Amino acid sequence: MGKRATRVNVNGKSYARVVEPRLTLADFLRHELNLTGTHLGCEHGVCGACTVLVDGRSTRSCLMFAVQANGAEVTTVEGLSPEGTLSVLQQAFIDNHGLQCGFCTPGMLITLTELLRETPDPSEQEVREALTGNLCRCTGYAGIVAAALDASKRLRDGGS
Amino acid sequence: MKPAPFDYHAPQQLQEAANLLASLPNAKILAGGQSLVPMMNFRYVIVDNLVDLGGVDDLRGIAIADGWLRIGAMMRQRELETSPEIARLCPLMAEALRHVGHRQTRNRGTIGGSLAHADPAAELPAICAAYDAIVHVASVRGMRQVPFGEFSTGYMTTALQPDEMIAAIDLPVWRQGHGFGFQEFARRQGDFALAGAAALLDVGAGGVVRRAALSLFGVGQTPLRLEAAEARLNGQMLDTTLIRSAAAAAWLTEPISDIHASADYRRHLAQVLSARALTDAARRAGVDVANAL
Repeated sequence: MGKRATRVNVNGKSYARVVEPRLTLADFLRHELNLTGTHLGCEHGVCGACTVLVDGRSTRSCLMFAVQANGAEVTTVEGLSPEGTLSVLQQAFIDNHGLQCGFCTPGMLITLTELLRETPDPSEQEVREALTGNLCRCTGYAGIVAAALDASKRLRDGGS
Repeated sequence: MKPAPFDYHAPQQLQEAANLLASLPNAKILAGGQSLVPMMNFRYVIVDNLVDLGGVDDLRGIAIADGWLRIGAMMRQRELETSPEIARLCPLMAEALRHVGHRQTRNRGTIGGSLAHADPAAELPAICAAYDAIVHVASVRGMRQVPFGEFSTGYMTTALQPDEMIAAIDLPVWRQGHGFGFQEFARRQGDFALAGAAALLDVGAGGVVRRAALSLFGVGQTPLRLEAAEARLNGQMLDTTLIRSAAAAAWLTEPISDIHASADYRRHLAQVLSARALTDAARRAGVDVANAL
């Protein structure tokens, strides 16, 4: 089966690879680019751990083939803030106990990054609805929702 | 890599896509991939050729002409959810879209893909059933129009031939001021509905129903139009008693039983959700009715 040349811009850097069409975007990020911040849980679109931004929109990277991302701009958890720093949302996760084992966290951060960009002042209900596509099995959602609301307030206050 | 190997094709034109679909062996269309790719990852579906419509601009866009709304098959569900035209002209669809999967799947999932997949619990086929939508079907033989009532032929089965694809969907625009209601019951937000109902009501002077449409999903093998309820409503004065009596028609359905819900429970849900959807529609049409169920 024919491999295809694929060029994807990930976190501001352009990568060109020749890949099998059946390679998912998630496996492309992890195995071809060594960007292992994107986690893979269920690999059939239920858990949301592999969520990345594709052209700014939250997307399950296990339900997209890398060849479909040819020419697209992808943001992974590694691209949310410059190396060695944390985004306002990431800091709010730490401050509000929004993570325990951390497996679901990259997907949570990506989904909430999109939500806060589109809806700067979300209600708790809006946060919970946005997170229905991301499963967490350890902290529960209380800390995650609190982190999202805290981050939205900090960003509206000028972000720090 | 979980799916079986396949060759990938990314046509830029509708004609090119139709030619590929007609000439390649064991070929399947890739629209948004939110149902197909999980099935490929499980190897429920194994294809030799995948024809990705993501680059076919002919299949995108929303147009309004002569009282009809035309939606390109490759419009993403979230694009429709946030479209001012859909909110203004087809508010029932805008409301239903908030229940379709999750934000991340709506960002990729398309209206054409949802109709072609034809899951009996899916929202968008039920909306098309309520509106008597026209499905535009493309192939190397040209275009043909299929009324939605003939499009959905059975459990996850449509009138599409193997070499055909959905190009666009036409929805008739109901009179400004019409009422609409959408209700579904799922264990969690974003889960497949156990049952749901979509209602449209055009109410004339004095609160008399000029036209009613009521469709159910998650109840039968395909979306169901509850014609007995519509017949009960048409030409009658809209009030709580009428809504309750119309919703009782849901007892005539023969729902599926599975591990998620028994047929009896689905029939109960169908009646309650029909009443609630009709109540919402009545209130939005300006008729003050009490809760029916």
